[in-house]
Amino acid sequence: MRGGGWRLAVFCFVLGFVLNLVGIVGHVVVSSFARRWFATPLPPDWTTAWYAYSWREFQLPQILTVTVVVAGSVTALALLLGFPAAWALARRDIRAKGALLLLYFLPLLIPQMTYGIPLATTLYRYHIGGTIVGVILANLVPMLPLAIFILLPFFEQISVNLEWAARVHGASRFQVFRRVVLPLAVPGLLTAGLLILVTTVANFELTFLLSGAGSQTLVVALYYAVFAAGMRPIYSVDAMAVIYMAIVLAILLVALRFVRPTQMVFRLDRG
Amino acid sequence: MRTEAAAAAAPLAKVRPARRLEGAGPALLVPSALYVLVMFVYPFCYGVYLSLRPGKGEGGLSVANYLAFFLDPWQARTIWVTLSLAVPNTVLTVLLALTVAYVMRRGIWLERTITTLLVLPIALGTVLVAEGINGFYGPKGWLNQLLLMAGLPDPIRLTHNYTGVMIALFVQHFPFCFLMLLGYISGIDPALEHAARVLGARPWDVFRRVLWPLIAPGAAIAFALVFVMNFGVFPSAVLVGQPAGATRTIAIAAYQQAFEHYDMSMASAIAVIMGAGQLVGLIIVLLLRGRLAATGVATMGAGKR
Amino acid sequence: MAEQIGSLHFRLTKRFGGKTVLDDFALEVRGREFVTFLGPSGCGKSTALNLLAGLIPPSAGEIWLDGTRIDGLPPERRGFGMVFQNYALFPHLTVFQNIAFGLELRGWPRAEIAGRVRQMLDLVQLPGFEDRYPGQLSGGQQQRVAIARALVIQPRLLLLDEPLSNLDAKLRLEMRTEIKRLHADLGLTCIYVTHDQAEALSLSDRVVVMREGRVMQAGTPAEIHDRPQNLFVADFMGYRNFFSLTVTGGDPDGTVVGRAGPLTLAGRGAAPLPPGAAGVAAVRPEDVAVTGEPPGPNVLRGRVRLTEYLGREYDLEVILDSGQTVKARVAQPVAVGSTVGLRLPAERVVILLSEDGGGGIP
Ligand SMILES: Nc1ncnc2c1ncn2[C@@H]1O[C@H](COP(=O)(O)OP(=O)(O)OP(=O)(O)O)[C@@H](O)[C@H]1O
Ligand SMILES: [Mg+2]
Repeated sequence: MRGGGWRLAVFCFVLGFVLNLVGIVGHVVVSSFARRWFATPLPPDWTTAWYAYSWREFQLPQILTVTVVVAGSVTALALLLGFPAAWALARRDIRAKGALLLLYFLPLLIPQMTYGIPLATTLYRYHIGGTIVGVILANLVPMLPLAIFILLPFFEQISVNLEWAARVHGASRFQVFRRVVLPLAVPGLLTAGLLILVTTVANFELTFLLSGAGSQTLVVALYYAVFAAGMRPIYSVDAMAVIYMAIVLAILLVALRFVRPTQMVFRLDRG
Repeated sequence: MRTEAAAAAAPLAKVRPARRLEGAGPALLVPSALYVLVMFVYPFCYGVYLSLRPGKGEGGLSVANYLAFFLDPWQARTIWVTLSLAVPNTVLTVLLALTVAYVMRRGIWLERTITTLLVLPIALGTVLVAEGINGFYGPKGWLNQLLLMAGLPDPIRLTHNYTGVMIALFVQHFPFCFLMLLGYISGIDPALEHAARVLGARPWDVFRRVLWPLIAPGAAIAFALVFVMNFGVFPSAVLVGQPAGATRTIAIAAYQQAFEHYDMSMASAIAVIMGAGQLVGLIIVLLLRGRLAATGVATMGAGKR
Repeated sequence: MAEQIGSLHFRLTKRFGGKTVLDDFALEVRGREFVTFLGPSGCGKSTALNLLAGLIPPSAGEIWLDGTRIDGLPPERRGFGMVFQNYALFPHLTVFQNIAFGLELRGWPRAEIAGRVRQMLDLVQLPGFEDRYPGQLSGGQQQRVAIARALVIQPRLLLLDEPLSNLDAKLRLEMRTEIKRLHADLGLTCIYVTHDQAEALSLSDRVVVMREGRVMQAGTPAEIHDRPQNLFVADFMGYRNFFSLTVTGGDPDGTVVGRAGPLTLAGRGAAPLPPGAAGVAAVRPEDVAVTGEPPGPNVLRGRVRLTEYLGREYDLEVILDSGQTVKARVAQPVAVGSTVGLRLPAERVVILLSEDGGGGIP
């Protein structure tokens, strides 16, 4: 048998899956612009009023501020702590390298619900739970390892000879860092930064477990709105969902200029 | 999205020549390692400890929480519920992802567009996908409208039940698994396939004798990862499922103990049980993988995509 | 031992997108012949081989084997053997299993397979390596396993795609001899792809020089080496000195005489060249000799600009009064700056038709 039949079947399946995605996303978008929508292909009347409504009713200004603060802080901290670690792992003979990589890998492997509950318990005990700081600290647990694993292959590519050449030509260690290491590390930092940013904005479980009244991010607020469907018109919930989606997509679009889609998941070939 | 983005799985056995430069190496690792220890390892250990001290912490260690969990049918059932979601979903996801990735291994029409679209559900996250599924697959959604037009007497219930959670998990994890396997399979040297063909292998022989043995180890890891994610399902089970009944998974049980009953000790015990379930799944798959994987080491190229 | 073929002939065109990689590439290969495709990187050698093996479909053309058209057959039904550039040994199978692969697919009984595989391992001089994995073998050993794997099925035709390119210089020579020996001993029909002219000359019965998907010249190694028919082949085969000239006359025996500025050069014409035609005289550095003769036909004078010691000989770069440089390889050192006479032996000079634009003069 030739592969043609298989290819066609697979292509149809993929097409179906993509259509299902379009349906899922499309429904939310259409619904957010509907005055009323009830079992018809498209709503009879359109409006943008739900955006104003949800902006007010869901306290979006405050939630968006929290989201920006959380995502920004987590990204900055993850890069700040992850950069030296990834550099050291790529550059030096670390004796317990295997054990360290395993340590960094665990928070990525274990689902957040599993370690989120003990983590939340601990942070609430020290009265950090429920605050923005708590949300940031918790999100950093998976994002810091993520930063390290994204940066590592970038740094492994940079030849040590470049650093040595700079030293030989009279650069001090600091100058080597400023003039050689940092510029070469920029692509890696950019990639890691964007992926962490988009991941943090969309990261639900840990934020959900750690956030209190004033420290909800947009996904968590969206969760509560969907959970309490019926309290508010569904169109306003969908309007909030579209705002959330727009933010994620904007970052993702920038990120996809730097990474291939297959880089967005685990790399199996090193495992 | 949780665990996406390039992350290396296990220890890299890459030996670098010793470099006796100014040795600030270990110092650079201290902050991050310390952070993971304090914020991940310590809470985990503390959780295990807490789970062994039921009530308000008086008295010694006891396994009363665990006994209570397993003896209470309402709680113990969550394991069964979680497994009945996680196992079929994982099998389905991995099988389909494997088939699609295998057929697409040498490229396909509109490939970049398709892979980019597939990143969407990973990036958008469970909550948004759940809301979209409630609408699109709901009784008044486009799908049911289409089915009614096609002549179905009543809309089918696809949300707020077991099916809804299955759909949500599949929409989330199929792209994840597919992209992972595509990266892996496209890294296998195409010359191996050509060599097998010239030696007389038909397409099916090529798969069974050459490519499957090389793919199996990666497929096993993908299976383990998807299973672990499925086993911890929470938001989809609440938003698209029936959190008080058919889809009350173990993660929901743990959450309720912690944030509705404020029994952190019991919540920790459930979290430990959940972790143990994931560990068992992981170990089973890795043991199977050991038997699947032939002794030889696959020579993988860089992976073209 | 292998099933003999009478002849294979094909005519193939292959386009990738809009780019024509093979342009009506046609050839006839006879049984037991060793044919080499020789050409620079990217000229379509591998593509030609892959088309013959059936790994990619041709855009147009046909392949005939002993009167049967085979271009519709999938690769597994052509009964060819192929050795790949990077060997493509199955990493999850042992040496034994790799070699047995084709026999198993043909449903051979186990005992016979074992016997055949042993025999092949002896043939490629790897007895005792049955249980190793490819990752545990050196490059040369892997290559021999790849050859054994291709030979064990007694292919009607053996295709080899730069099988030696990954080896170091010494091993390359050894394996070259080995392939030559196998070809002779087993009476194989081989098509061999390489971009190394020495390899092509030493192995082949016939060499096909390719450029951008077209045959530039096909002939015995000696023909290709001594009588290139165009500038491209001459350049590729190591002719380094080129003199543009106008043909002034010639003999019926093929000798052509021409004038290149003040010089008169005689040589063998690659094609009939009428007086007045634009030609190019080409000669190898090895064929240029230092001489004390006064300047005259085929004798030039110039100043030595550079000498390079090669171990046994010296490479000279001599600059003529006209400003042109001539490269010569000589046995005795010559001082830089001194003036020397150079003789270009007429029987060693080839006079080619000048190709306007399509040059090839480096
Ligand atoms: N699948 C393909 N798609 C598009 N172009 C291709 C493809 N395969 C080969 N080509 C092009 O066809 C031309 C010939 O390729 P081919 O591999 O046959 O060259 P080659 O002579 O074997 O070179 P080398 O000596 O480097 O192996 C090259 O320009 C190459 O870029
Ligand atoms: Mg090639």
